[in-house]
Formats: sequence, C-alpha cells, structure tokens
Amino acid sequence: MARIDLVDLAHSYGGNDAPADSFALKPVTMTWRQGGAYALLGPSGCGKTTLLNLISGIVTPSRGKILFDGADITPLSTQKRNIAQVFQFPVIYDTMTVGQNLAFPLKNRGVPKVEVDARVKQIADLLDLTPWLGRKATRLTADAKQKISLGRGLVRSDVAAVLFDEPLTVIDPELKWQLRSKLKALHRELDLTMIYVTHDQTEALTFADTVVVMHDGRVVQSGTPAELFDKPAHTFVGYFIGSPGMNIVPAAVSGHEARVDGHIIGLHRNYGVLPAGAKIEIGVRPEFLHVAAPASGLLSATIERIDDLGRVRFARVRVGDAKFSARVPPGFSVPDNMVGLVFDPAHVHVYADSRLVEGVA
Amino acid sequence: MDKTINQKAWFLVLPVFLVVAFSAVLPLMTVVNYSMQDTFGNNQFFWNGVGWFKELLDPSTDLGGRFLASLGRNLLFSAIILAIEVPLGIVVALSMPRQGWTVAVCLVILALPLLIPWNVVGTIWQIFGRPDIGLLGYTLNSLGIDYNYVSNEFDAWATVIVMDVWHWTSLVALLCYAGLKSIPDAYYQAAQIDGASRWAVFKAIQLPKMNRVLLIAVLLRFMDSFMIYTEPFVVTGGGPGNSTTFVSIELVKIALGQFDLGKAAALSLVYNLIILIVCWIFYTVMTNAGAERPEKKGAA
Repeated sequence: MARIDLVDLAHSYGGNDAPADSFALKPVTMTWRQGGAYALLGPSGCGKTTLLNLISGIVTPSRGKILFDGADITPLSTQKRNIAQVFQFPVIYDTMTVGQNLAFPLKNRGVPKVEVDARVKQIADLLDLTPWLGRKATRLTADAKQKISLGRGLVRSDVAAVLFDEPLTVIDPELKWQLRSKLKALHRELDLTMIYVTHDQTEALTFADTVVVMHDGRVVQSGTPAELFDKPAHTFVGYFIGSPGMNIVPAAVSGHEARVDGHIIGLHRNYGVLPAGAKIEIGVRPEFLHVAAPASGLLSATIERIDDLGRVRFARVRVGDAKFSARVPPGFSVPDNMVGLVFDPAHVHVYADSRLVEGVA
Repeated sequence: MDKTINQKAWFLVLPVFLVVAFSAVLPLMTVVNYSMQDTFGNNQFFWNGVGWFKELLDPSTDLGGRFLASLGRNLLFSAIILAIEVPLGIVVALSMPRQGWTVAVCLVILALPLLIPWNVVGTIWQIFGRPDIGLLGYTLNSLGIDYNYVSNEFDAWATVIVMDVWHWTSLVALLCYAGLKSIPDAYYQAAQIDGASRWAVFKAIQLPKMNRVLLIAVLLRFMDSFMIYTEPFVVTGGGPGNSTTFVSIELVKIALGQFDLGKAAALSLVYNLIILIVCWIFYTVMTNAGAERPEKKGAA
C-alpha cells in the first residue's frame, strides 16, 4: 500500500553520460496515488517497460529518485521493495504445483507454514484457482498461469503495488476480457496501486482510471480516458488514442479563426499570440467532423474511400495535401467525388510544435 | 483414387538398399554367423549353436568371468564419471559469464578438450602421469604421494577417471550452458521479486529448465563411457592386471589377441544389445518428458 512519487527520474541504458536524446526514459516527475489504477500506454520502444522496471527495481535509474510513501527506495533491491510484477509471458515454477507456486514468495521470506497455507487459500479463492491448487502448474493454460503469476504477487500481504507488463499478450482474445475484468474486480476489492503497461489503447482505457501516455521516452499526457479523448495535450496522444486517430493538419491560426487551404474554420476560443516560428496545426477528432453535401461556407474535400466499421462509417477525404477522416452521418448518401466538411468548433484544438495551446474563452 | 502401380520405383530404392545392406546388414549378419561357430585355423568352422552365449552369461567359465568382470568395471566407471561430470558441468555452466567478450573465451577454452582426438588425450595423460618425466606424476611423487598408475590399481583408476572428466566435462557444461541461456530473463526477475535465494533460483528455475539437456548429457556420457576404449588402452593398456580392462578392451583382446572370433562375436552382440536397451530407455524417458502439454482448459 503506497503512494509512489517519481522525482526527476531518468534512465539510459548507455549510462548517465549518454547524450540526453538517447535516454530510454527522459526525466519525469509524477505522483501515483495509493489505490489508483494506472496504465502506461505507448508504442514499442517508448520507455514504458523501462519505467516499470525502474519502479520494480529490476533496472536501477541513471538519475532521479523513486519514493514509496515518501521514503526513498531507489537504492533498494527488488526483494525489499514489496512490489509484485506480472510479466508478458507467464512465469511459472515448473516443478511446483499451483499451491507451491503461490506459497513460494512467502516460503522465501520465512513465513510460518500455517500462515502460508491460510494466505494461499485466500488468494486462490480470490483468483478462482482453488480447484487447481494441487496440480502441476505447467499443465495449465496461459491465462491460468498469468493468474498464478499475479497470485504470487498478491499473496504477500505487504505488497505496495502490482505492476503488469503487457500481461495479456499471450492470452486468447475471448479470455482477455474475462481476465481484465478480474483485474478490475481485484483492484476494487484489494485497494492496491496497480500499474499496467500496454500498447493496446482498449486495454489501457478500460483498465485504468489514469492513463499515462508515453512517446519517445517522455510522458506526453497523463489523464483520465475522457481527458485523453477530448483534449489531447500532444498531437501524438491525438492520433495514438482513438480509432481512427485525430486529424492533425497544418493551419494558420489567428484569433477565432484557423485557415486551412484558404478556407476559414471557426474556433471556439481565442488564440491571440502563438509562439513565433512554431509549427501550427489544428487537430479535430473524426467524431467531431462530419461530411455533408458540398455547399458554400463548407471546406470542400475529395473523397478517397469510405471505411464502414459496421456501427459507424468514416470517410477518408483529402483537402489539398491534407488528409482527414470524417464521420459519415447515418443515412447520408455519399456523393461521388466532392463533399463539404462540417467542424464542431468546440472540439477543434490548436497545437504549436505538437503541444496543445490553450485558447482564451 | 486409383493407385498407379509402377514397379520401377524399386530401382529408386535400390541404391539405399545396397548401401545399407553392405554397410550394416551384411557385417552384422556375419557377426551373428560367427557367434554361432567355433573357428580354427585354415578357416575351419564348427557349429556351436548358442554355446558362446551360454558361456558368456555363466561367471564360472573363463569367457563369462572375463565378460562379467569387465562389464562390472565398465558400469562402475560410467557411474563414477557421471557422478562427477554432471554436477561439475552444471557448476561450470552456472559460473560462466552470460554476456560480453568473456563468453567467447570461455566457450573456446571449454571446447578445446572436445576437439582433441581420443588417443592424443590418452597419450597426453600417459605422459602427464608418468612418475619419471610427467608433470603430474613427478609432482605428486615429490610431494610424497606414492603415485604410479602402472603398478597401483587405485592410481590407474584415478588417472583414467580424471582423464575422462578432463576430456568430457566440457560437453556437459556446454549443454547446460545452452539450457541456461534459453531461460528468459523474466524468470530471474520474477524470482527476484519473489525473494528467492540463489539456491531457490537454482532449484526452482535453472535445474527444471535444464532437465532436457541434462538427460541428453547423461545419455551421451553414459554411452560414450560405456564404449570407452582408446584412452584407457593408451594409458594403462587395461592394467595393472585386468583392473582397468573395460568391455571393449576385453573384446579386442578376445577377437584380435586370441583370435576367438566366435566368442568375440557373441560378446559384441550382447554388448550391442545392452547399449540398444539403454538407448531405448533414455529415448522413452525423454519423449515422455517432452509430452507434457496443457491437457485441460485452465481456470478462467
């Protein structure tokens, strides 16, 4: 049970003297509250696993500190950190039964047998592993094995946080949902801090109440799923989250207006002074942009194709060099070549050098 | 669908058939034939039926006594070298570096003894152990230890065993090293998190993961040591007395020394049969060990 503070934490696999650009994790400072469910989301190589391994102590940071409940645990070994970690591939001790697997961390810490048995029984009940307690763990399926890995973490009563490193990678799709809801339920029941690393936005958004999006070794945004969707702080968050991702196009912005391809798009807020020399872009989610019959006053675009996702349809259109995805309203019959684009001004955001610019209402 | 009957296909099999016949079947059948006969000079043969086999298994006869004694020595030898080489190989593999340039150096050093021809190994140790000029023999004697593998049974055994350990521990170590390398890092990390001691890591992760390669190592080392001939022959010539005369040495003595082809043939067949049976046992154990798969849907 712990609040986790990261203070100016950074890591380079090339050592502390490596150029700042090559750091696998660039300096980050943030606080994770006790009992929260966090997801670290980002593409492969963005530094999310590095961050996780720093917290668990498998990797020692080049710089910065990690605090558990205010106490600096940076120099402590993994054993002493009271961390549980579930890896991408199930880690099972082959020669042991399920019960012995669960008891292993307690036995290593010299916990009395009576206590071990009681605790193992309790955790097995929690994870629905009781019928398999006496069986060899190697013979179980991947999802059961992942539950055992998790159980080995939970069995320790003093565990500060549970870390998950893409734990559903090897699980069959139909079981992913079950296991994920099991994790959610456990989180509610046990009041544990859980940190979940994934590159799958669905997993991150359904699991976590705070999603930390990482890109190129940096934390680009940390917020609730709704915040990430409504107000991406970085263009990367815009197109990484959402399917299809956010439309990001270069534009000239002044005051309440953005100019794309000579056409003026109204903005909800006033953008007075933008950083000089910065690359200015506007971003709008396909959900807040829809196609209509061409008309004056609408930005006209050429249709490239229509993606029918079953429930909704998205049109891929082109304006000059810029490409957009836009929602096709139900019942709208798409004309052959040209359409007009209707923007929802409240959801058009302005980015300078990929970072969100807050306008003035 | 109708099968096309084309007897010409037999011609395609013919080359293999001939090669196998001349290289394996005919020589083996010749041995079987000899094992039923007694030979005299001038290529005279007399039918003896299963006589040699009866003698072979009867310790009161000369042939049976020699065979069973050498078989016993051979089994003892195999047991001793396995008991030394397997644990030692594991220890060597565990203490090898995981990465960096030292890995290559270690691998090359380990591989060296394996590349040396058998009788060269024998010669090396024959000279190495000599009390007059050998480094080992001379040193031991100067230290006041009366060591002479030519006259002392215990010294002869010790020399032959140490020589085999020197020659073949590398093989076990390399196999174990390969087994260790195939363990994903996550296992070690998980063990760290679970607070496992070094010994617990070995018992719970490394040893079970090395299971298969260890079986292979034991099989190879058993077979090889059971068929050992060259090295002890070069070093001790089977002596002093008969104390290091293993089955293969005994076999050569009978076949080439006394020219008792019938007895030698019978002995070869039994020897061969023992090796086949042991092979089969190992094979069965290994395939059964590999057959462990998830049999049921797990808890969900």
